[in-house]
Amino acid sequence: MSHHLVAVSDLRFAYPDGTPALQGVTFTLHHGESVGLVGANGAGKSTLLLHLAGVLAASEGTVRVGDWPVTAGTLAQVRRSVGMVFQDPDDQLFMPTVEDDVAFGPANLGLPPEEVEARVLGALERVGALHLRRRPPHRLSGGEKRAVSIATVLAMSPDVLVMDEPSSNLDPRARRRLVAQLRAFEHTKIIATHDLDLVLDVCARTIVLCGGRVAADGPTKELLADEAVLARSGLERPLRLQGCPRCGA
Amino acid sequence: MGRIEAALGRLGSLDELAARDTPATRLDPRAKVAVTLAFVAVVASFGRLELGRLAPLAALPLVFAALGDVPWKPLLVRLALASPFALGVALFEPFLDRAPALAVGRVTVSRGEVAFLTVLAKFALSLGAGLLLVATTRFDAICQAAARLGAPRVVVAQLSLTYRYLFVLGDEAARMVRAHGLRAPDRPRPALRTAGTLLGQLLLRATARAERIHAAMRARGFDGRLPVRESWGFRRADAVFVSAALAFLLASRALDLPGLLGATLAGALR
Repeated sequence: MSHHLVAVSDLRFAYPDGTPALQGVTFTLHHGESVGLVGANGAGKSTLLLHLAGVLAASEGTVRVGDWPVTAGTLAQVRRSVGMVFQDPDDQLFMPTVEDDVAFGPANLGLPPEEVEARVLGALERVGALHLRRRPPHRLSGGEKRAVSIATVLAMSPDVLVMDEPSSNLDPRARRRLVAQLRAFEHTKIIATHDLDLVLDVCARTIVLCGGRVAADGPTKELLADEAVLARSGLERPLRLQGCPRCGA
Repeated sequence: MGRIEAALGRLGSLDELAARDTPATRLDPRAKVAVTLAFVAVVASFGRLELGRLAPLAALPLVFAALGDVPWKPLLVRLALASPFALGVALFEPFLDRAPALAVGRVTVSRGEVAFLTVLAKFALSLGAGLLLVATTRFDAICQAAARLGAPRVVVAQLSLTYRYLFVLGDEAARMVRAHGLRAPDRPRPALRTAGTLLGQLLLRATARAERIHAAMRARGFDGRLPVRESWGFRRADAVFVSAALAFLLASRALDLPGLLGATLAGALR
């Protein structure tokens, strides 16, 4: 395996109605890296993530995951190594019970039933949702749904975790629990989010997208303190890096 | 506006019944599905005037409801909710066929009236059996049982996903109607034109969601077939249940039980 885990090169994509979404995106992810993908609404974050999971196919340019270029012929391999957590857990959780849903991916990988069971238990345990295993997904709270949808992907033991807005719609405590979990995952991660404080906590590196292009790519601490880059991309400093509202310091 | 939420709640409450532990819920789902299908087929096989022959069949759902400790009220409410369909079908029978069928003392019952009652009885028996199945078996288990019994996998996948997203779609519809109601306080229900727009919106949202779900499924290796996980064991209790139920159904189809009973009673009296 090469030392790059994900390599995206001059990726371009336009939606069928002609709206351009990505206009030449290039970056590489290394093993074990944790990368925040930030940018204004419509900057192309979700579209980029869908390319990494092979759900959308590039109009131009290439995406490589591990040893495989993402093409129609390699989708099966690519999807074994990329685990994608969607923004709306209701899109992700489609089986009648939590455990069936977590088992869906491993079962599709053709694993023997005992191994599927072990993975289901392991993944639910990691996100602290083991007690929900027999519940139907539509009866869970928002935070529980999120935890379970992360478990559905962990159960496939992916090399790369791709997450779209993992902290949206979470209450403060659920959000804090999520941050702790994300920090504990040893996977390579790419997280698209507007929650810049989460990026500060979880990701050492940040990629800023703006208008379908990479506007900046570098260490999170420097980038998120750089007013000029943030302003150009329609972003603001994370709350924690802003001055104190009381004393202004 | 709570009607959509209320309807969804009613749908979910049968599911909760099925999650309990009773002799009927413990039976193998395949056994229950097969017996329910056979029961409906036998009920449907009787002619439009064979009201009497239907009567003994009611014993099976009664016994089954007792095994499953199924409360009567929710079942009767659902039967009543669906009854307009049956009434619509049966309504004209009494007017179309006025030939006398039987006379009890001074009261003559026409053939049309017997047919009317037969339709209603068939409706109550078949729908009741279906409701009992749902109240004692989780919906996903019914789907998997249907797959094991040879129903096409595509149909089963469709059914099971439809059930899953009924709740999401219902919530979405309820939110839209609520949003409409909050900005149209004088009009509790959307006008026809607005309703059209709302429905169109709902369809678009459903399509967009379907695409997202499909993407999520493909990302986890979906190849067109939902994996079957649970392995059921066909136990002795299941075998006893199936053979007893089938024997009873065959007997009530082949023999005129009420007639035999009547003849025996008459013989004894004489």
